[in-house]
Amino acid sequence: MPNPARAWREYPQRYRLEAEKCTKCGTIAFPPRLVCPQCGNRKFAKTKLAETGKLLTFTIIRVPPDPFEDQAPYAVGIAELEDGVKLTAQVVDCDFAALKVGLRVRLEFRKLSEEGEAGVIYYGYKFVPE
Amino acid sequence: MRDVAVIGIGMTKWGELWTKSLRTIFVESALLALDDAGVDKIDSMVVGCMSSGLFVGQEHLTSLLSDYLGKNPVPAARVESACASGGLALRQGFIEVASGMSDVVLVGGVEKMTDVTGCEATFALGTAADQEYEGFHGLTFPGLYAMMAVAHMHKYGTTREQLALVAVKNHDNGSKNPLAQYPFKITVDGVLQSVLVADPLRILDCSPITDGAAAVVLCSADMAKKMKKPVIRITGSGLATDTIALSSRKDMTWIESTHLAGQKALAMAGRKIGDIDLFEVHDCFTIAEIMVTEALGIVEKGRGGRAVEEGLTSLKGKFPVNPSGGLKAKGHPVGATGVAQAVEVVKQLRGEAAERQVKGAKRGLTQNMGGTGGSSVVHVFEAE
Amino acid sequence: MAGIVGYGAYIPRNRIKVEEIAKVWGADAPSYKKGLMLEEKSVPSPDQDTITMSVEASKNALRRAGIDPREIGAIYVGSESHPYAVKPSGTVLAEALNATPEVHTADLEFACKAGTEGMFIALSLVQAAAVKYGLAVGADTSQGAPGDALEYSAAAGAAAFIFGQDKLIAEILHTYSYTTDTPDFWRREYQYYPQHGGRFTGDPAYFTHILGAARGIMAKAGMKPADFQYVIFHQPNGKFPLRAGEILGFSRKQIDPGWLVPKLGNTYSGSSPLGLTATLDIAKAGDMILLVSYGSGAGSDGFIFRVTERIDEVRNLAPRTRDMLDKNKAYLDYGVYAKYRRKIRKAK
Repeated sequence: MPNPARAWREYPQRYRLEAEKCTKCGTIAFPPRLVCPQCGNRKFAKTKLAETGKLLTFTIIRVPPDPFEDQAPYAVGIAELEDGVKLTAQVVDCDFAALKVGLRVRLEFRKLSEEGEAGVIYYGYKFVPE
Repeated sequence: MRDVAVIGIGMTKWGELWTKSLRTIFVESALLALDDAGVDKIDSMVVGCMSSGLFVGQEHLTSLLSDYLGKNPVPAARVESACASGGLALRQGFIEVASGMSDVVLVGGVEKMTDVTGCEATFALGTAADQEYEGFHGLTFPGLYAMMAVAHMHKYGTTREQLALVAVKNHDNGSKNPLAQYPFKITVDGVLQSVLVADPLRILDCSPITDGAAAVVLCSADMAKKMKKPVIRITGSGLATDTIALSSRKDMTWIESTHLAGQKALAMAGRKIGDIDLFEVHDCFTIAEIMVTEALGIVEKGRGGRAVEEGLTSLKGKFPVNPSGGLKAKGHPVGATGVAQAVEVVKQLRGEAAERQVKGAKRGLTQNMGGTGGSSVVHVFEAE
Repeated sequence: MAGIVGYGAYIPRNRIKVEEIAKVWGADAPSYKKGLMLEEKSVPSPDQDTITMSVEASKNALRRAGIDPREIGAIYVGSESHPYAVKPSGTVLAEALNATPEVHTADLEFACKAGTEGMFIALSLVQAAAVKYGLAVGADTSQGAPGDALEYSAAAGAAAFIFGQDKLIAEILHTYSYTTDTPDFWRREYQYYPQHGGRFTGDPAYFTHILGAARGIMAKAGMKPADFQYVIFHQPNGKFPLRAGEILGFSRKQIDPGWLVPKLGNTYSGSSPLGLTATLDIAKAGDMILLVSYGSGAGSDGFIFRVTERIDEVRNLAPRTRDMLDKNKAYLDYGVYAKYRRKIRKAK
């Protein structure tokens, strides 16, 4: 079981969608980075991701990795948020038949996985249809 | 830089090798390659392996493998770039010989994948994605490629049947390869009715879980000529990286790292894509082969699906892709795949590919890819 | 004057009907539906728990409050289904809302009244001017033992309230608590399902405390049932709150807007708080609301609210409770319900 520190240090992103915006070219980095992937600038200002967007693509995972065995089948998608950031997350509260490119989604706080029955619980964002 | 030649190839039957351990399958292939080359002394060894740690709980592979090959104290290095580890090993071996650092280098690739459960294997393979921002959300490799497929189908109208045709073609080729894990033919209906793994990809769209190894022996072209061996030169090598997370790509339907690695390798070889007689590419999923044929420039953007349908990439087509059966039929022991691609191309250029021989093949290209294209390695091989 | 600055609700999308549960246990569904006045109940998805629902309900409360979350000085989560036995739910909530680190946080438990306990404490801190704003959440994903009568009602939902002295949408005129030691329902440490005293949960437990608190707070305020536009009692089933209202002299018109239980089930710590959010969704300035919670063990908290004009400004800033209850539902069969609620024994 990983030390809880590994998940804990990602809380600002996973719990609050905190991101950073390049002070030079305006690119939003999520998760935050030390170097702007667009222009190489190293200065960023804090920002927060938009909480709505639309699906660019999606799939339904039928064969899950170990920690997600109990959740399958589940949908995962990449959505482009209103601020242009592309974000990967599960798509929940959505009938599989209703999944489509362009589906409008918003982010909701959910349980992502847990370290077995006795370990820590991981929380974060998932998409739900808007 | 010196010219580099492949003088020995080795590969054993791939599959679920219940009776064999990682060290055994590696040594078997390495010995075949050394015997094929007719050399016993090597100056260096490079091994590609993605995740022996997660698959068999073994790291420090170079010590283990050189030991069991009986080659201690040979300098040996393991390289890793997920599923492109084998291709990367080939490139490192190529650089060693080309630079003059070593004269004879054994390049191997190995993965022992069946000692863990399916879920554990899925997890291990998933480590090639961004663990914190893709894997953490339950994404798997079939899942990532499925999302690329959905995007490609949405943008270009690529059809579910076209995806299936990639698998059918590669199994046709693989049925002629006795070393393949699944040397049998399948049908479009068979693919379309197989179990869903990550919609729209089904089990027969996916390369299998495989135990296997492959090895090649490299030396300077001058040395190869003196040994009176069929000289197959590596004339181009290209490597490129891209964002690890699929969501960070500008275009999820385009594999930029393969495009760039391909251009670099072809430029080094002084060739154009049309000069190549056969291709061994990374069809870890059916959609991958479609996107790779586009990224390499075999077909235009968005035409990869139709190209399969039209037979362009079949064994007797203008651009035969994956005559070996590809990852789909031959198997995909991840770290070994890039080296096995070289084994196949050398066989073809030597004219030793029997039933699946591409007639008169003089030049071949291998493309090996890590993750969803976070890394790609391309090599060009030419017969004298 | 202190009161409510913002309120928010959260109800999961899944439902299971009484018939579906009755079918599995060979029980007579019509008699359960009639006896308990229950039709269906909400069910959490495997990725929903007291913490996730608390976060979503609190975000809705923040939307209506329109305050900076860093001005929240106290956060209380009342629940009998905190995901951790040791480690607070409230810290996750505080972190997710960006209210850390200058905030007092505690998890509370008092069967179905843990939500109003939090409200009571948060309000008191605001009244004492110890904090500018206080947040209280009642949330539960309660479990009834398979085949037990509670399985028909134990549901999931959350309601959140932000208390303060300014920007009020409802003033709180009076509070009152009525508590005795009455063991009508309990769950021992390490036990998965609760146990209860059957019909003992009625007269000596629910009714004694609900009626005691209702009469006590009305006496304290010098008010009678006719002085209220709305009344909300804890809703363990459909019948109990109606009967309590009848005994006290409240009409169905006063009760019905906050009477969610037939379609929602008993959301335990979220039960009467969700009745309040549904009532606030339709209340007008000047309306008087009486809320009386009940928690087994046993006790009741009473609150008297007077709605202000600001209610009209904030009502539509977050989803309405009835919309969450009535729209976008997904019905589960018992098999999937049992899987979601981890009632199936698996390998490992």
